[in-house]
Amino acid sequence: MNNPDVNKHVRGESIFIDDISLPAETLHCAVLDSAFAHAGLVSINTNRAEKMNGVIAVLTSKDIPGENQIGGIIQDETLLAVDEVKYIGEPLAIVLADSITNARKAAAYIDVEYKKLPVITDAREACKNGSLIQQPTIFESGDIDKAWGECDFVYEGRVETGGQEHLYLETQCAVAYPKEEDKLLVLSSTQHPTAVQRAISRVLGIPMSNIEVDVLRLGGAFGGKEDQATHWAVLSALGAHITRKPVKLVLPRYQDIRVTGKRHPYSSDYKIGLKKNGKIIAFEVIYYQNAGACADLSPAVLERTLFHVTNSYFIPNVRATGISCKTNLVPNTAFRGFGGPQAMFVVESALHDAAEKSGISYQTIQKSNLIKDGELFHYGQTCENSNALKCWEEAERLYDFIQIKKNVDEFNQKNKLVKKGFSIMPVCFGISFTSSFLNQASALVHIYTDGSIGVSTAAVEMGQGVNTKIKTIVAEKFSVSSDRIKIESTNTTRIANSSATAASSGADLNGNAVLLSCSNILERLKKSAAEELVTEDKSEIEFADEFVFVNGKKTELTWTKLVQKSYMKRINLSSHSFYATPEIYFDRTINKGRPFAYHVYGTALIVVELDCILGRYKLDTVKIVHDFGKSLHPKVDIGQVEGGLLQGIGWMTMEEIIYSQEGRLLSNSLSTYKVPDIYFTPQNIEVNFLEESINKFGPFNSKAIGEPPLMYGIGVYFAIRNAMKAYKKNLVMDYSAPLTPEKVLMNLFM
Amino acid sequence: MEAQIKFVLNDEIVECFENPALTLLDFIRKHKKLTGTKEVCREGDCGACAVIKGEINENKIIYKLINSCIYPIGNVNAKHIVTIEGLNQSEFTPIQQAFIDEAASQCGFCTPGFITALTCYLLSEEQYNYNTAVDAIAGNICRCTGYMSIRRSVNNLIDSVNANWSHKLSRIDNLVGLKIVPEYFRGIQNKLMEISTDVVKTIRLNEGKRIICGGTDLFVQHPDDLTDSENEYVSDSIASEITETETEIHIGANVSFEQFNRSDIIGLYFPGLHEYMHLIASLPIRNAASIAGNIVNASPIGDLSIFLLGINAKLILVNNKRQREINLKDFYKGYKSLDKSDDEYISKIIINKPSENFYFNFEKVSKRQHLDIATVNSAMSMTIEDEIVKEAHLSFGGVAPVPLYMAKLSKDILGRKIEPGLLQYVVDDSQNELAPISDIRGSKEYKSLLVKQIIKKHFNVLFPEVFTAEVIT
Repeated sequence: MNNPDVNKHVRGESIFIDDISLPAETLHCAVLDSAFAHAGLVSINTNRAEKMNGVIAVLTSKDIPGENQIGGIIQDETLLAVDEVKYIGEPLAIVLADSITNARKAAAYIDVEYKKLPVITDAREACKNGSLIQQPTIFESGDIDKAWGECDFVYEGRVETGGQEHLYLETQCAVAYPKEEDKLLVLSSTQHPTAVQRAISRVLGIPMSNIEVDVLRLGGAFGGKEDQATHWAVLSALGAHITRKPVKLVLPRYQDIRVTGKRHPYSSDYKIGLKKNGKIIAFEVIYYQNAGACADLSPAVLERTLFHVTNSYFIPNVRATGISCKTNLVPNTAFRGFGGPQAMFVVESALHDAAEKSGISYQTIQKSNLIKDGELFHYGQTCENSNALKCWEEAERLYDFIQIKKNVDEFNQKNKLVKKGFSIMPVCFGISFTSSFLNQASALVHIYTDGSIGVSTAAVEMGQGVNTKIKTIVAEKFSVSSDRIKIESTNTTRIANSSATAASSGADLNGNAVLLSCSNILERLKKSAAEELVTEDKSEIEFADEFVFVNGKKTELTWTKLVQKSYMKRINLSSHSFYATPEIYFDRTINKGRPFAYHVYGTALIVVELDCILGRYKLDTVKIVHDFGKSLHPKVDIGQVEGGLLQGIGWMTMEEIIYSQEGRLLSNSLSTYKVPDIYFTPQNIEVNFLEESINKFGPFNSKAIGEPPLMYGIGVYFAIRNAMKAYKKNLVMDYSAPLTPEKVLMNLFM
Repeated sequence: MEAQIKFVLNDEIVECFENPALTLLDFIRKHKKLTGTKEVCREGDCGACAVIKGEINENKIIYKLINSCIYPIGNVNAKHIVTIEGLNQSEFTPIQQAFIDEAASQCGFCTPGFITALTCYLLSEEQYNYNTAVDAIAGNICRCTGYMSIRRSVNNLIDSVNANWSHKLSRIDNLVGLKIVPEYFRGIQNKLMEISTDVVKTIRLNEGKRIICGGTDLFVQHPDDLTDSENEYVSDSIASEITETETEIHIGANVSFEQFNRSDIIGLYFPGLHEYMHLIASLPIRNAASIAGNIVNASPIGDLSIFLLGINAKLILVNNKRQREINLKDFYKGYKSLDKSDDEYISKIIINKPSENFYFNFEKVSKRQHLDIATVNSAMSMTIEDEIVKEAHLSFGGVAPVPLYMAKLSKDILGRKIEPGLLQYVVDDSQNELAPISDIRGSKEYKSLLVKQIIKKHFNVLFPEVFTAEVIT
């Protein structure tokens, strides 16, 4: 079955929020955001703006009827600034007007008086000044202080990774409609409808039950609409609540880039100790996370960093300290990988550094430390069904590392101005929200009397294909044509108290909930069919290809007929069910537990080609063995691997977030912030499925797919470095990503 | 300041009265409620808003892809504009089907732009192959798929179109027969002929009003200024050509980047032309951007300005009293300051036909190799007789407030011999004329280094037997 959304996408008929036809009285909302990264807010005068053509209202924090607070994890984020602004882009006021042109024009006429205050943009500087989001968190295993004595080699270093703009193609947007009394319907481009609902309730001072949030689909998100969509939905709701008119808010691109959070930049210090045989004995690391001005999801992102300290490796002695630093940048947020990529880049840098200095090959250290069943992750979880070595060895077998390396060496012998570089990147990623309570989902399945099926879950479709997977699950379970199945919009009235579609968990959590609903209905239908077919034992009843079978024999009874008959017998054709991931827990007082239902593994082999005169590079080869479990939908899953991979490569290469010292974003448009284009794809790409991977936690033994492949991109950094080394034997270079053409050239020649 | 505008939108003749600075995208989405065309970046950098523009040229409709977000409606008179809605038929087109089969669409926001771009490719190219088809969508950004599934779709599509193409049939019969475009396309030519007589515009070039050709930079930088000012939109009214005399090539001011790229005359003297142009903007931008616009825009990193400086091009400037000739290298006075009075405009660009011993190379380095603004770009031309430099011109972008002609260096190397020692001399000498600043595209140290490296590249490309890998490393 193909992804049914694609049929509409190719015709331009999929409806996104900006495409919705609105009532004539709809107001358009423009947001005025702070011009300074840190300043006292002396006054906001809206008089001139209010008199502008077409303006209906200008709202500031004074107009908020409830609580001026939208912080999720920590209550530190106002909807509209009050006395102080803490980053450029912080919302101050909104203008509601009859057209977006009038609204934006008027926003420029709001007079704001600022009193400038000192600006901090650097995480380490913030830490030094005691400007933290929360107290540092430490994950520890073994006895690290003793372990250093057992090491033959000990190395220390510093690692930097940059931020990353999500660049979802659809900018942040929402439409809020006033309903009877103080009720609201809000259409939001969010990964987390319940968060939107909760924040609106709080800001407007009305019960959650009075707010219906509905999400049809997102034009891309990548984590950028998990927490960050809330602000804009709440602002539109505030406008609708006060004016009692529908309010539409769509951020223009230049503003979206300026005002929304991105992947966290990290600066880290590590110390690694190894034996002569390449066995890693000890690893100590301090992560300085640049959280920006408010917590947003930073504590959760930092926690996942701490879970992925060792990537795919078993290291017996670990101490990892995470410090979330408060700076005057936009609040950084979730981005595919959620802190995991930052951790993995540090440990790979440490391994690479140790390899260069000890003379043991990088790949030898990588392979000999891959985690095996029975070994403990540093957070106390025992490794089960480890596919780390399996993926590596399968990749080695399929792609012949030795031959590829030989080809690279031969190429480099022959070519003086162009060099190739080679790397291997293993990935191990834990699946489950690390806050255990979030691992819950519910589903609502209706079978209508014509046999068609409506399915509601908390999963938000944002291009990742979760609706296709859920449809596959339902079609398989009921053994009916997928044409019968409609996946409904994600809606807080149908599915309450949902978790975000995030952490790669959308298909797992919601798919499992759907399976329960389907099983419930199926049981009832089997009983009903047994009655119809006068069979004593309903266990002999089976469904296949839209027909009821008894003892493997096809009967005349079709799906539709059975549904109709069951309805007439007053059998419940709907089911709402609830799923909570079993076996997981985590004790934050000791930072130990079993936080993940399972892990996803994989290995990528990467070859790049470097123009050593101009510092430009291109991707020659990426070959991957990935642990999909038993894929629910191979085409969707391959798309996730390829898309995640290129996004990870972008983060490591050309995607460079640059701020001025005043905290102003300089890479503030598509012409100054570059993401990979079609020419930047690898010339050869191959993705193979690891055979015989089992996973009792995934629907039909599948595994989560969204985030893990992004981290294969990290290998590109090391492949480019390898090519640089082929040109300049005595290369000494910091571990700092992205490795832009500028950094390459400067390190080769300066 | 509204103006009468008449064109064909999909299968319908549209007649409206609009501010000519209104973007085509806003007209399509907001006025006509055709929402398949998406707004993403509003600076021509992503292709989500791509639409097809057709116009009659010598009794044939020529179709080109443009970015509607930076295309003024003042330039669409008598044209055929096709959006995704105008391509949809009762069944999927082969392009749509190819995307479905490979799951080449995830969130879907970029997809209509890709479908439109590929349709335009099939409407406009003489021959189809995988590589040129990829070039046709290189201005389209997708953030979800990593492009591999899109590449597979394109590959399958081209194979199937080529296999099913009938050489006995006309192009339009093939395209309609294969359901690549709807039946109504057959009647468009007549519709355009019918309205063309209604939309003859009087163009007044020398009244000091700003003349807008493609507007590809102005509509990114100053969309609101354009709405509030009176400008002369000429792209739908003045056809420009590239012609030659015995000794010169004349480039009409309104010639687009892509016309330049495809010109047989230019191609004859600059065999590497397509490779250089491949680094310069995306196809929809090249279709709209004009050469004169690039020159007067005076961006220090203007790609075509640097190209033309490197061959010492001349401009013809005109007002209602006189016409004068000026070397391009003398045209730039300072940052965005030109030797041009308000009522003057460029009527053409002239380049001397290169002699037999002419050598030319263009290089561009940017953060992303394609569809990016240069960090540093450069052109170098030389005429060599008996291994001696007889004429030389060297230009660099991104290292000064203007597109930089290296006047001193171009003179200093005259009379020198093409031998390994020359390289170090040029590299050292080059640094004297630079004034790079650190900005979003790179530090000034990096830009200075790039100048040295690009010089090495120029010499290595042009005289590989003299400036070998050993010599330049």
